[in-house]
Amino acid sequence: MLERVLKGTPKFYLWLSFLLCIIGYAFIVYVFQLCYGLKITGLSRNISWGFYIAQFTYLVGVAAGAVMLVLPAYFHHYKPFKRVIIFGEFLAIGAVVMCMLFIVVDMGQPQRVLNMFLHPTPNSVMFWDATVLLGYLFLNAIIGWTTLEAERYDVNPPRWIKYLVYLSIFWAFSIHTVTGFLYAGLPGRHYWLTAVMAARFLASAFCSGPALLLLLLFLLKKLTKFDPGKAVVRPLSLIITYAMGINVFLYCLELFTAFYSGIPGHADPIVFLFMGHEGVDAWVNGWMWTAVVFAFASLILLITPRFRTNDKILPWALIMLFIATWIDKSLGLLIGGFTPTPYETIEIYTPSFWEISVGLGIFALGALIVSVLWKIALDVKKEAGEEFELSE
Amino acid sequence: MYNAKYVIPGLAVFVGIFTMPFWLNFGSEEYRYPEVALPKGQIVIDGQSVDAGAACIEPKEWMRANHMSLLIEWRDQALRNEKRVYVASDGRKWETSLQNTCMACHGDKEAFCDKCHDTNSVNPYCWDCHVIPQGNNHEFE
Amino acid sequence: MNSSRRYFLKVAGLSAFALAGGAGAAMAAGSAPAPAGRGSYEASEKALKAGRWAMVIDTRKLNTVERMRKVIDACHKYHNVPDIPGTQEVKWLWDDTYHHAFSDEVHPVLPTRVEESRFFMLCNHCENPSCVRVCPVKATYKTEQGLVAIDYHRCIGCRFCMAACPYGSRSFNFQDPRPFIKDLNPAYPTRMRGVVEKCTFCAERLEKGLLPVCVEASEGAILFGDLRDPDSVVSKALAENYSIRRKPSLGTDPGVYYII
Repeated sequence: MLERVLKGTPKFYLWLSFLLCIIGYAFIVYVFQLCYGLKITGLSRNISWGFYIAQFTYLVGVAAGAVMLVLPAYFHHYKPFKRVIIFGEFLAIGAVVMCMLFIVVDMGQPQRVLNMFLHPTPNSVMFWDATVLLGYLFLNAIIGWTTLEAERYDVNPPRWIKYLVYLSIFWAFSIHTVTGFLYAGLPGRHYWLTAVMAARFLASAFCSGPALLLLLLFLLKKLTKFDPGKAVVRPLSLIITYAMGINVFLYCLELFTAFYSGIPGHADPIVFLFMGHEGVDAWVNGWMWTAVVFAFASLILLITPRFRTNDKILPWALIMLFIATWIDKSLGLLIGGFTPTPYETIEIYTPSFWEISVGLGIFALGALIVSVLWKIALDVKKEAGEEFELSE
Repeated sequence: MYNAKYVIPGLAVFVGIFTMPFWLNFGSEEYRYPEVALPKGQIVIDGQSVDAGAACIEPKEWMRANHMSLLIEWRDQALRNEKRVYVASDGRKWETSLQNTCMACHGDKEAFCDKCHDTNSVNPYCWDCHVIPQGNNHEFE
Repeated sequence: MNSSRRYFLKVAGLSAFALAGGAGAAMAAGSAPAPAGRGSYEASEKALKAGRWAMVIDTRKLNTVERMRKVIDACHKYHNVPDIPGTQEVKWLWDDTYHHAFSDEVHPVLPTRVEESRFFMLCNHCENPSCVRVCPVKATYKTEQGLVAIDYHRCIGCRFCMAACPYGSRSFNFQDPRPFIKDLNPAYPTRMRGVVEKCTFCAERLEKGLLPVCVEASEGAILFGDLRDPDSVVSKALAENYSIRRKPSLGTDPGVYYII
C-alpha cells in the first residue's frame, strides 16, 4: 500500500518538502546538541526537565486519545466511528513516534538508549513507559495496517485483529497511566505528588486527543472532501466535552487540597504558576491564565448544545481546548514541578531557541508520518468506493 | 518471477555493496600488529615498586586479546561489588584502576593504546573521563 | 503465486521477529560478566567497612563561608568537579543558608548564630533513595554499605534521578566538563558530557582505608562512620548532641546529620 505515496498532487509534495525542510534544519540543530551537549537548551541544574519532556508528556495523551474512537466502536458497536478509526490509529502512530523522539533528544547519552533493555529495571517507571509506548506503537501499526488492507480488498479483517483491538483499548489507558506515574511518585515534587495525576492525564488525553483528531478531520474535509459525517462529529464532540469537564474538575480538586490544607509545599508551585513569586512575574503566569481563560471558554462553547452543534463554532472551541490542555499538561506541568527548587528558591526556565527548533523538527516529522499514513488511508477508501461526501 | 530484470540486478547491486569491505580489502596487505611502545623501568603502583618492563598483570598475548573484557569486569567488580583488588593468575594483587594501575606503566596513550585502536578503527571512550597521565617511560619493541 | 508470496512474507516476517528477539536475548546475556577473568577479585584488606555509612556535620564548628570554601575546594579539586558559571553548574558539596537547607523548618525566629550560619549540602546517601528507585538502567544504585553510587559508564542522561531527588543533590553535565577543570587531579577521573554526577562519600578512598576528603579537610567538624555501630564516632556524636536532617518527612532516611 505504500506505493500510494508516490502518486500525489503537487500540493501534497510541496507540503511534504516543507516538512522535510523543517526536519532537516532541526536535525542540524540536534547534531550541534549532540556535539556540545544540552547546554544549548534553557535547562539548568535545578530545572532539569523542560520543553522536550513536556511535549513527550502531552503527546502520550494525544496517542492515547485515539481510544475514544476505538472503544465506542468495538465495545458499544457504534458503527459510524469505524469509518474514521483508521485516522485515529494513524494519528496515534505519529504521536507515539514523536513521544519517543522527544525522549531521545532529551537524553544526555542517546547512544546508550538500549541500556534500558540491556539492563531492564522493573522498579523504574521510565522503563515501563518505554515498554508500553513501544507496544502501543506496534499495536496501532498492526491493527491500522491490517484493517486498512482488508478494506482495500473489500473483505472482513481477520478475526485475530479483534483481540488486538481489545488489547489496544486497555493499552491506551495504560500508556497514560504509566506516564502519570512518572510524575506522581516522586517525593519532594509537590505539584506532581498527587494521586489524581494519572486520572488527570487520562481526562486531558481523552479531550485533547479527539479534539486534535476532529480538527484534522475538518481540515481533511476542506482539502479532500472526505466528510467524517455528523454521526462521528456529534458524539465525539460530546465525549470531548465530558472529558474536558472532568479534566477541569480534577484540576480544581488539586486547588482545593493545596489551599484548604494550607500546606505550603502544595500551594507554592500553584501560586508561582499563576502569580509569580513575591512580585517577580514569570512568563508562565500569563501562559497559565491563558489556559484558564481558554479552558472555560471552550467548556462554555462545548456545553451549550447550540454552539457545540454549530460547525462554524466547534473548531474554535476545539482549538481553545487544545491550547488550554497543552499549556496545562506540558510546560505548565513541568515548570510547576520544578519551581520552587528543592531549596525553596525561584528560578525561571525559558526554553531556548535551539530547544524549540529541535522540537519543531519532531513535530514536523510527526506531521509527515501522519500526512503519509492518512494519504494512504484516503486513497484506499476512495478506491474501495467509499462515499466521501455524505448527504445528511 | 515477474520483474526479474529489475529484481535480480537490484539484488546483485545490494549484495555487492553489502560485501564491499571484503572486495576493497581483497589482496591488500596482511594484517600486522602495529608496533606498540612498551613500558620500562621501575614504577610505583599503589605503594609497591614494580618492574614495568618485566611483565604485564597477565601474559602479554592474553592481555592483547582480552584487555577490554578485563577492564569491563574490573569496572563492574569495583562499582557494583565493591571489590577493587584483582588477584592475577600468578597471585600478584593489583588495584583495579585503568588510570592508576594500567596507565601507571602504559603512560603513553599515543604510543601504546592508540596504536592498535587506530589500526583497528575502534574508538573506546575511556579517555572521555579517565585522565591520560603526562609522562613517558616507553620504548618501541 | 500470490498466496505463496504471502506465505513467504509471513515466514520472513516471523523469522525477522525471532531473530530480533534472539539478538535481544544475546545482548542481555552479553551484560553478564565477560568470560575474561583469569584472576579473581577481593576487597582490599585496608578497606573501611560499615553497615551503613553516615556523616555528622557539626555546624557549631563549621559555619563560615571562608572555612567551608576550603573544604569545598578540597572536595572539588580532588574529584575534578568542574567550575562552571551560571545555572548549569556542577557541584558535589556546597553551602547555603538555614532557610534553604532546611526549607520545611519555618521558624519565624531563629538564634542569630543559626540565622547567620551557612550549612553544607551534599548527597544524603539515603537509606531509601528515590533516585535509585527511578533510574531506568540501574546506573545509580545503593551499595551494601549504604552508599548511593553512580555508574557513569551506564548513565543515559535522562535526568529522572534529578527530578526524583528531593535535596537537589545531583548535577548534570550539560557540556564537556574538562575545559572547566583548572588543575586536573591525575589520580581521579573526570566525567563526560551528558551524565549525572554527585558526591560519592569517597567510596574509592574508603576502600583504601582513607576517610572522605571533606572529613579530612574539615579538621574535626565533619564526622564520618558507621551508623549501625553504637561505638562509632557518628553514633556517639548523635547520642550526645541534638541533630536534624533535611526533609526527614519524605521517608528517604537521609544519612547526613546536622548538629545545630
